[in-house]
Amino acid sequence: MGWVVALHGGAGDIPRTLPQDRREIRETALRHCLEIAVSALKEHKSALDVVELVVRELENHPYFNAGRGSVLTSSGTVEMEACIMDGNTKKCGAVSGLKTVVNAISLARLVMEKTPHIYLAFDGAEEFAREQGVETVDPSHFITPENIERLQQAKEANRVQINYTQPMLNVSNNSDVPDGDSQLGTVGCVAVDSSGNLAAATSTGGFVNKMVGRIGDTPVVGAGNYANSFCAVSATGKGEDIIRATIGRDVAAVMEYKGVSLKEAADYVIESAPKGTAGLVAVSAKGEVTMPFNTTGMFRACATEDGYTEIGIWEHEQCD
Amino acid sequence: MVGWAIAVHGGAGVDPNLPIERQEQAKQLLTRCLELGISSLRSSLPALDVVELVVKELESDPIFNSGRGSALTAQGTVEMEASIMDGPTRRCGAVSGVTTVKNPVSLARLVMEKSPHSYLAFSGAEELARQHGLEVADNQYFITEENVGMLKLAQESNTILFDYRVPLESCGAAVGNPIKMNGMPISLYAPETVGCVVVDNEGRCAAATSTGGLMNKMCGRIGDSPLIGSGTYAGELCAVSCTGEGEAIIRATLARDVAAVMEYKELGLQEAVDFVIKKRLDEGKAGLIAVSNKGEVTYGFNCTGMFRGCATEDGFMEVAVW
Repeated sequence: MGWVVALHGGAGDIPRTLPQDRREIRETALRHCLEIAVSALKEHKSALDVVELVVRELENHPYFNAGRGSVLTSSGTVEMEACIMDGNTKKCGAVSGLKTVVNAISLARLVMEKTPHIYLAFDGAEEFAREQGVETVDPSHFITPENIERLQQAKEANRVQINYTQPMLNVSNNSDVPDGDSQLGTVGCVAVDSSGNLAAATSTGGFVNKMVGRIGDTPVVGAGNYANSFCAVSATGKGEDIIRATIGRDVAAVMEYKGVSLKEAADYVIESAPKGTAGLVAVSAKGEVTMPFNTTGMFRACATEDGYTEIGIWEHEQCD
Repeated sequence: MVGWAIAVHGGAGVDPNLPIERQEQAKQLLTRCLELGISSLRSSLPALDVVELVVKELESDPIFNSGRGSALTAQGTVEMEASIMDGPTRRCGAVSGVTTVKNPVSLARLVMEKSPHSYLAFSGAEELARQHGLEVADNQYFITEENVGMLKLAQESNTILFDYRVPLESCGAAVGNPIKMNGMPISLYAPETVGCVVVDNEGRCAAATSTGGLMNKMCGRIGDSPLIGSGTYAGELCAVSCTGEGEAIIRATLARDVAAVMEYKELGLQEAVDFVIKKRLDEGKAGLIAVSNKGEVTYGFNCTGMFRGCATEDGFMEVAVW
């Protein structure tokens, strides 16, 4: 069985009028991360190591909403979250509410491997990071000028629009910031290595102007991130919709219980979610790969051992 | 119109050595909560209101590990978590790291109905509670003398105690050859998480779960109870609340799997519950309660016992441990 890898930098309302410089900078980053994944798989690194490595790289990239570049809470702070899962053992680790950890995904892996728990959050997660000696920096490191501006725009829009009695409707209106970058996104990577091991990793800063303490779909196993012996899935989009649809687990459940292909299962799950809310990347133990979304676009890339490569943003379109 | 059905639980993995008087206390509380649920259903309260009401009652009583009586963190504090889900709309709310709110399940419902999010934790969750004037108490209110003693025992033996109410010496597996979870030693467990699932006369399902988590847990640890699809799930077809070894429940996305097996494999409620308990829990110990939109009620567990009660409109009622 050949290896396969897929990664994403978020799904959302990405306008086709996205300025060329903004577009290119992200395409270059996707291509760079894909190259890292491909060479790691060629060196026979395990799927688990590959997804961690790639998500670390995406986190370090300031133009995606994870790690440095994370969007800000309503208080102007960063609260990052991440989740990693190994398909064959179904072992998993997750973190939420991180303020100083450079690579949230690596802390999630440490939670999986070095604690009796699966999920640590806020002060407890920060304390664990210090115990383990992972790299931390001042919270200001993660805050980019673009994100300060985004928060300001979101707050101005909110002043008139927020109506807490209609929460699901307003999430969509308030999350779109008119600079065309749609920082709804998240980053993620899924891989199956040549030994047939599957893994998934996802990391995010959440969404602009979120309430302090808000947890999205990313760290919720079975929602934003999931892997078992059938497939590995990383989802992105509107967290609240992904949680209630348990999107990650559902792709695997539909495959297993209905006996359909990865593509059929993923298409079914994405079509069942409200339009404009979700996208995912997924690979299967059989070496299938699929990257469906029901939003305007999704920053995405994939590669297979037999030489197929795809990098794209919108539907029916592929970057050179 | 379907007949209503309700189930409640107060934790799975009950130690056979648990003193009889505590077993009786637990059964009395389950009976009282079941009766509260039954009378609410007779007065035509919707399923969502009934599960919240029943879980509030379980949280307010110090017997089980939720609300007052919650297990303590390694620092001797209480960090509670809860979630609630409405089947027909699949709307949900969850909270973690709650330290002063008397009824975390009601805060979870506020998150669902009054915030744009579905999950809030720690200071953000506490802030929402204050904005909406939910009843709060000093952290001390939740800490019982019994739990302070059990934390001390747990720390002396350097384990994360599941069965924190059973003295260590009677906890067979903890002596000599401790069972391990994720490579770390633990004693036998009885987390005594609480939960309730209901289907009302209109066939609407709802589920709610609440817990203090594990005794001597690390600060910031999140378990299965607030995770939609793991500890709690409700959809069109059924509602499920789980309890037991949280990490095993999360790996199995246990609650969603009952519903997924019904939806995608077209099994009935009982078959679905049997399937996930046998095939999905690997070595982990856990149990669950479930109702379907046809008015069925059932439970399943793969450990020694589960505090549970169930009742249906046609007069069936059961409260049991083993």
